[in-house]
Amino acid sequence: MEQMLSPEAQHFQEKIDKEIKIEPKDWMPEKYRHTLIRQISQHAHSEIIGMLPEGNWITRAPSLKRKAILLAKVQDEAGHGLYLYAAAETLGISRDEMYHQLHTGKAKYSSIFNYPTLTWADMGVVGWLVDGAAIMNQVPLCRTSYGPYARAMVRICKEESFHQRQGFDSLLVLSKGTPGQRRMLQDAINRWWWPSLMMFGPTDDASPNTVQSMQWKIKRFTNDELRQKFVDVCAEQVKLLGCTLPDPDLKWNAERGHYDFGAINWQEFWNVVSGNGPCNKERIEARRKAWDNGAWVREAASAYASKQQAKQAVAAA
Amino acid sequence: MNTTIRILRYGDYDAMQKAGSNIPATNSSNHATSTAPEWPLWEVFVRSKQGLDHKHVGSLHAADAAMAIENARDVYTRRQEGVSIWVVESKYIHASNPDEADSFYEPASDKVYRHPTFYDLPEAIKHM
Amino acid sequence: MSYQPTVSQLIHLADNALILGHRLSEWCGHGPALEQDIALSNIALDYVGAARNWYQLAANQINSLQDKAAFPLNAQGEATEDTLAYLRDAFDFKNFLLLELPNGDWAVTTLRLLLSASYQQLLLQQLSTNEHADVAAIAAKSLKEVTYHVRWSEDWVKRLGDGTDESHQRLQAAYHELWPYIGEFWENKLALPIDIASMQAQWLAKINQVFEASHLPQGVLPTWHQTGGTEGIHTEHLGYILAEMQFLQRAYPNAEW
Repeated sequence: MEQMLSPEAQHFQEKIDKEIKIEPKDWMPEKYRHTLIRQISQHAHSEIIGMLPEGNWITRAPSLKRKAILLAKVQDEAGHGLYLYAAAETLGISRDEMYHQLHTGKAKYSSIFNYPTLTWADMGVVGWLVDGAAIMNQVPLCRTSYGPYARAMVRICKEESFHQRQGFDSLLVLSKGTPGQRRMLQDAINRWWWPSLMMFGPTDDASPNTVQSMQWKIKRFTNDELRQKFVDVCAEQVKLLGCTLPDPDLKWNAERGHYDFGAINWQEFWNVVSGNGPCNKERIEARRKAWDNGAWVREAASAYASKQQAKQAVAAA
Repeated sequence: MNTTIRILRYGDYDAMQKAGSNIPATNSSNHATSTAPEWPLWEVFVRSKQGLDHKHVGSLHAADAAMAIENARDVYTRRQEGVSIWVVESKYIHASNPDEADSFYEPASDKVYRHPTFYDLPEAIKHM
Repeated sequence: MSYQPTVSQLIHLADNALILGHRLSEWCGHGPALEQDIALSNIALDYVGAARNWYQLAANQINSLQDKAAFPLNAQGEATEDTLAYLRDAFDFKNFLLLELPNGDWAVTTLRLLLSASYQQLLLQQLSTNEHADVAAIAAKSLKEVTYHVRWSEDWVKRLGDGTDESHQRLQAAYHELWPYIGEFWENKLALPIDIASMQAQWLAKINQVFEASHLPQGVLPTWHQTGGTEGIHTEHLGYILAEMQFLQRAYPNAEW
């Protein structure tokens, strides 16, 4: 931290402390701007990459109702990515630049989406655990200090509430289904549980940015606080499915008023984050391909727009 | 990370015009294939029902106005949020300067007589 | 005598919506711009919704038949939207061949949508005044959606036609690929209660107006065309669509989802 804050910086921190939102044209420390760009764009990328593991089940959904729900859900994720990119754009970075960072591997996104979706039960478990973890992260962000980010998060949280419910709903159906369906369900929980816990990020003592981000109210709870809350909720919910979480150390600790849980494999986490997860390459490749294949389409639309503008200018003259 | 920051958002059009700048392409030179400039940014305003004002709901990219309206319909009214849409290219919005907020808005704060509650009227006058 | 839709007619309407919706949904996550991804998903959702409505009406009709066992039924012995979508083989599907062709590039996707939605719009206009209340109601709802699809696809075809050299060439290629399939629209082999002749003229006028703005040569109805869809003789593509779409229902028979 700087020893002496400049008058602007002091005024800025006062506004934050008084819960006054920071808006795009307000003065802000460069580090605040960069931290936000990084955080919001990572979040946006996560939504866009997150469309892929679920999107690949749209054409295989087992009923027309589930097909419509899944399609609507994945479409919402595109919308959420869009809201977030737009929020980041108010900080002075273009969406193309953010894409570029994503496509060249410079930008990070939630490591969870580097895991494969192997069965239909994964759709429900992603809704329940992955969206559940995301919501836990996102709800506090509706009060984040940067206005456009907070407004985007309010909209996202409002839309997101159906995602987790539809996920759990589809799992309940599986839990009451055939032995084959129940096997599919437990298998999906086993594969997604630990990666979901990793979604909250490194432990607090390994998160160097947390202190500053909390002070700026970009972040409102620490990684470990949110992770514990998530474990407590899921440990109860899994009982409704007649399934178990794959953690022999999971047990209620009356003294703490929380569930204790086993050690997270951080080596796996860091490997997946740094590109060695099962699907990292496929995910980026799919996005890059969509972008490259779309180039001529975007160019055509721009060319058409300028031709139309020229025609109107002539007509007006 | 070497991020190019180029601020282009509402209210910046004046500054760019004054600087004699065309709105430049946003892509950095090492993009794989796409060298075309980004579709411009548009601000979206939605009337949620007849009788209410259009309210700013967010922004999006589109090549032209027709596309912007269609995109706004698909992005911002998926859950029946609107009955009417306005779009305007973000660069055409002129904004007040936050540094002048004091001189702009403070002078209104002591003019309490503009508000109806400033006036105490006899009980007998029920609706005024 | 009042009109009663046949099961074949309803299944034809449903299959058209389902197969086109399936193809459009394949774009989800892979579109040329985020906004367009969202737009196409919306359109795909409209078609999945329309398919459900037509299948449900068909299922009602089937369940009142004496010999309903000729159709796929669920564990309770009833036909449903899902037994119809998921448990028929390709030779029982009655969609137009045009709709099962692969998406190709953005030009093929948007031109196909324009060709199909413009036809659908005219068809649904006629069906929406049909004396059969359910048919009229479903048609009226779908008509609103399809009217938007026409607008959206028309805008895109014009952009591609009058955009860059590349986009124009791609649009032309798409035209050559798709045009041989439009003849099926006018066969009306299932005898839908519609005035085909007037639809054909209006459709061609509409398409040619878009073609003109797109600098494409005026389209002429082909003297020979690809056919067979409404009779269950499909392209090789449909089998792959069904293999993917029906896999779970086939692997876990009689399960609830």
